[in-house]
Amino acid sequence: MGVIQAADPSVDQRLADLEAYVRNAPAQSSLRDVSGPGHNAWIMISSALVLFMTLPGLALFYGGLVRRKNVLSVLAQCLALSGIVTVLWWACGYSLSFAPGNPFLGGTSWLFFNGVTDRPNATYSPWLSHNLHAMYQLMFAIITPGLIVGAIAERMKFRALMIFCTAWMFLVYFPSAHLLWGADGWMNGLGNDAARIKAIDFAGGIVVHMTSGWSALVLCILLGKRRGYGREPIVPHSMVLCMVGTGMLWFGWYGFNAGSSLAADGIAANAFVATTLSAAVGLCGWAVLELIVRGKPSILGMCSGAVAGLATITPASGFVSPGGAVLIGALAAVATFVACTTLKSKLGYDDSLDTFGVHAVGGTLGTLMAGFLATPSVNAGLAAPRIKSFVGSTLWLEQIKAGALILIGSVLVTVVLYKVLDATVGCRVNEDVERQGLDLAEHGEEGYTH
Amino acid sequence: MKKIEAIIKPFRLEEVKDLLQSLGIQGMTVSEVKGFGRQKGHTEVYRGAEYTVDFLPKLKVEVVVSDAQVDEAVAAIIKGAKTGKIGDGKIFVSTIQDAIRIRTDERGDQAV
Repeated sequence: MGVIQAADPSVDQRLADLEAYVRNAPAQSSLRDVSGPGHNAWIMISSALVLFMTLPGLALFYGGLVRRKNVLSVLAQCLALSGIVTVLWWACGYSLSFAPGNPFLGGTSWLFFNGVTDRPNATYSPWLSHNLHAMYQLMFAIITPGLIVGAIAERMKFRALMIFCTAWMFLVYFPSAHLLWGADGWMNGLGNDAARIKAIDFAGGIVVHMTSGWSALVLCILLGKRRGYGREPIVPHSMVLCMVGTGMLWFGWYGFNAGSSLAADGIAANAFVATTLSAAVGLCGWAVLELIVRGKPSILGMCSGAVAGLATITPASGFVSPGGAVLIGALAAVATFVACTTLKSKLGYDDSLDTFGVHAVGGTLGTLMAGFLATPSVNAGLAAPRIKSFVGSTLWLEQIKAGALILIGSVLVTVVLYKVLDATVGCRVNEDVERQGLDLAEHGEEGYTH
Repeated sequence: MKKIEAIIKPFRLEEVKDLLQSLGIQGMTVSEVKGFGRQKGHTEVYRGAEYTVDFLPKLKVEVVVSDAQVDEAVAAIIKGAKTGKIGDGKIFVSTIQDAIRIRTDERGDQAV
């Protein structure tokens, strides 16, 4: 590479390839086998940003919200999932999610990263190293089960959660990622001519937030409430950690959303703008609602609003205008505020840290809103013949179809997995362990020694 | 010898300490404690869930003084800790049987 030889294409062709690089279009000649430095650089940074959302962003956001006797259990769950999912991803997860297969699940051609090299795979992005695509998508696979931790915090056995999440990756995450994002996915309206449901999910409203959020709701209901819930104060042990984690989530979310363009292009820039606006409006929305309802804007309220805005814009981030993002952020604030403050107490489930109230409600709302607000002026992919006729008309219906099917699948799998696990290893820690705190009982350590 | 235990508002500590020192009182022990009296607790709200926190943070100041100094020491604590609002705290006085300075083996009033 780099040395020009007699057999090389003409100067015109080479110039055309360079233009293709700038436009993020496929190269026609020898450059086809070369990764584009700008695109690679942005996705490498984005991959690290998305990992940063879990380690330590989500871990601190959740860790601050539990009681001090359980802070390490939350950190341990986030940390361990990062390790387990990475190994799964290398062994088979990436292949089952993204390799050519059937419309519902990827094939086996990329097991153990076989053939996944630094050469671009034009199916997903013409200039991005294929192994970098695998790493970037891995970070999404890590944070998704991590989100579930919030609903079951302070009462689920570590080993039960690890087994649950491992099985859940195979039964929910890998199929969902393939259905929505796989080149031959059954619901991949943006990238697959043969998709039967023409849904769009830019960065994981369905694949990440709906799957984890709805599974989290079911799991926390089946596990039951924490001991003392509603009787004794179960309050966050450190709002400081929670706010620090929120800042890291917001920061990392730029990799999550703007990186989902899989290139350093204009769509990434549009997603960056939409992400910022929705987070800010979500934050302000919660603060104003709290001012009206309680008279005081709380730190937790502002943190919740920012995360709600981010989760809700996720499926729409690369498809909507700045005005659309502001609208989505405002709706996100209202919907998640009602879910966390009213719906939860009315229905009486103990979603410890509001995984359902923020991520499922936000992800579902954002998925629907992407159907209404997506526009080809933000993302030229929406002008492709395969989806053009839906955009601005019945795209929202496709979004509902895809969302509903994934929702039902996530709920059913969670119920079955819970029943099997509860009958074997047992899902919930015993009463003494829960009183003492999971840190000492399950990990033999304390978060704070004095 | 008497031991004076005063439960006070945390932000009144400097005032109380200065007044006690001005009486020539040489030492004191301060601990962070939690409790409630007639003031009761306060309410915290997290994502709409309301919790009554019964135990409020207070400081407990312990001073051991000779019988002759008790009244002025108590008066100093009252002066330093009083805000006039609910939650100012309480003072308890009890008799101390003996006191020993570990370094020198001095006992009784000599040791406080």
